[in-house]
Amino acid sequence: MSKRVDHAKAASNFLAKPDHVSFHDRRLWDLRLKRDAQARGLPEWETLRDLASGIKEHTLSHLAQYVEQFVDAAEGNGVVVHFAADAREHNEIVFSLLSERGMTTLVKSKSMLTDECAMRAHLEPRGIVVMETDLGERIQQLDNQDPSHMVVPAVHKLRSDVAELFGRTIGTDPANSDIHYLAESQRMDTRPHFLRDKTAGMTGCNFAVAETGTVVVCTNEGNADLSANIPPLHIASIGIEKLIPRLSDLGVFIRMLSRSGLGSPITQYTSHFRSPRPGTEMHFILVDNGRSERLAMEDFWPSLKCIRCGACMNTCPVYRRSGGLSYGSTYSGPIGAIINPTFDLQRFSALPFASTLNGSCTSVCPVRINIHEQIYKWREVISARHETPFVKAEVLKMAGRLLASPTLYRATIASLGGALKRLPNFLLYNPLNIWGRQRDLPDAPVQTFRDWYRENRKQPR
Amino acid sequence: MTSRDVFLAKIRKAQPSPVSLPDVPLFATPAGDRASRFATALALMGGTCVTLQGLGEVRTWVADRFGSDAVIASAVRGIDGNRAINYRTLPASLEDVAVGIVRARFGVAETGSVWFSEDEYVVNAIGYLVQHLVVLLDPMRIEDGLQEAYRRPDFRTARYAALVTGPSATADIEGIMIRGAQGVRSLTVALVP
Repeated sequence: MSKRVDHAKAASNFLAKPDHVSFHDRRLWDLRLKRDAQARGLPEWETLRDLASGIKEHTLSHLAQYVEQFVDAAEGNGVVVHFAADAREHNEIVFSLLSERGMTTLVKSKSMLTDECAMRAHLEPRGIVVMETDLGERIQQLDNQDPSHMVVPAVHKLRSDVAELFGRTIGTDPANSDIHYLAESQRMDTRPHFLRDKTAGMTGCNFAVAETGTVVVCTNEGNADLSANIPPLHIASIGIEKLIPRLSDLGVFIRMLSRSGLGSPITQYTSHFRSPRPGTEMHFILVDNGRSERLAMEDFWPSLKCIRCGACMNTCPVYRRSGGLSYGSTYSGPIGAIINPTFDLQRFSALPFASTLNGSCTSVCPVRINIHEQIYKWREVISARHETPFVKAEVLKMAGRLLASPTLYRATIASLGGALKRLPNFLLYNPLNIWGRQRDLPDAPVQTFRDWYRENRKQPR
Repeated sequence: MTSRDVFLAKIRKAQPSPVSLPDVPLFATPAGDRASRFATALALMGGTCVTLQGLGEVRTWVADRFGSDAVIASAVRGIDGNRAINYRTLPASLEDVAVGIVRARFGVAETGSVWFSEDEYVVNAIGYLVQHLVVLLDPMRIEDGLQEAYRRPDFRTARYAALVTGPSATADIEGIMIRGAQGVRSLTVALVP
């Protein structure tokens, strides 16, 4: 039995640092506002969301056919394609590609999939130096942490944290937290690794185009292009849900990806890898790792439409105030709350409760995943399997009785206004009520809505 | 390791009921001159746009901007750098180059992007490993948007194709924008009619 991730408890570690929480909240909300400005700039935005959703649903419902078309095209382009049923197979394929060629270093761009597969933990004990070259991902690697956000992996850290970490790991001045200095130091530390012998390059994949066998990678740093264009071997790890049918579909998805995530019209680099440079090798690893199981789940397969933009995280009030690490998994935020239970329901049964069900995630999702509805459905599944924590189950039973009876409800509400004023804090903020932690109750109104309505609207005007 | 057939069979068995593929229409494009929309979009992404008349002006502009001692590699016919490159040049050897000069096949007004393949780059690493990139672009070769760009045949034949929009950048520490993360520190597009 795997150990349940206690989201509320993990979040309390983050909430103990008010400066971090306040910055995190503001930074992510700023990304949300930038996303809104971009969306408003395109009159066709909502139509693009329909199209993106439709293309993904079509592809997923014909996925075997598109994977096959992609593989045939890639092989025709001189790429070697591998099939990994799970994380272990993926990591073993990578290791044999490297060891058979005497490679000792892997320079790579950011990939949620290689994090999901815990690839570094597999390669490093076997003598491979793995160099994450994205600044945020490198920070997380040096700190032995998962990424806390899928687009900005170290967004939960402040400059002083990075200064301390770099001072400890790459020899910078720990007292110098100037951001230009820190970024420049990482550049100088990382770039020599691209140039060395016995070094292979690796990228993830944002979109895999079936008709041409092309892998598309989006970065702002250009580190995927460095990883793929200097070493003699390029390995791309690809989740099967990344397939899209046509090149012209990129005219929908590339327009939406960075607008949704960072609020910029495009990433600085959008790179299309179709065929190896002469004299070099290109290998694609297609990874299932639970995706086909999820595809077979009637209520939950639409989560496979996700293009990993991070918009649902930026807008989520729970994520913004609890930090990505509190989700205990590679995937955090609202999308993590619906993806993780498909991997391990027992372990991640608390995550669907880390939501207010406000639906904000659903309303910003560029591929129209019904995230908040899936969160609700997971709660039903978890309750039916008695995976709900005892206290939550008891409180919800009480709430259920209360809400089912209008008389009982009204009597309770009428007395609650006074009760809220009189109740001592140890009752409201007791350990059973995780929502009471780190929150103050608003003042109760002087009159209930029902009383107000009867007073003001009783006589038709 | 899992075979192709086993891998595909498992997916096929899991597929939900078929959903049809939507047609993607061409949306209307904002009004205005493409070259000026391109320059505005590029500025937002941290790039610079200048208009120069002919290769002579490009040579003078590069010398003024970077000095006569700078190590310059050019992938553009008619502009000689002081570091020769060809298709056999080892990518890593460009590490000490200060300025790369390349010609884009086309640009995209919507985003301020320029398009390269291995044909334009000669050595792909020139786009990333040098410190500063100067891009020549014919202002008549600017597409309205990404939707038009992705309908071009160029993506089907290039081994490698990149839409490059401004210089390498990161905002991974406290959202502060840094130009020159891993790749080029600056990118200038010279519109050369």
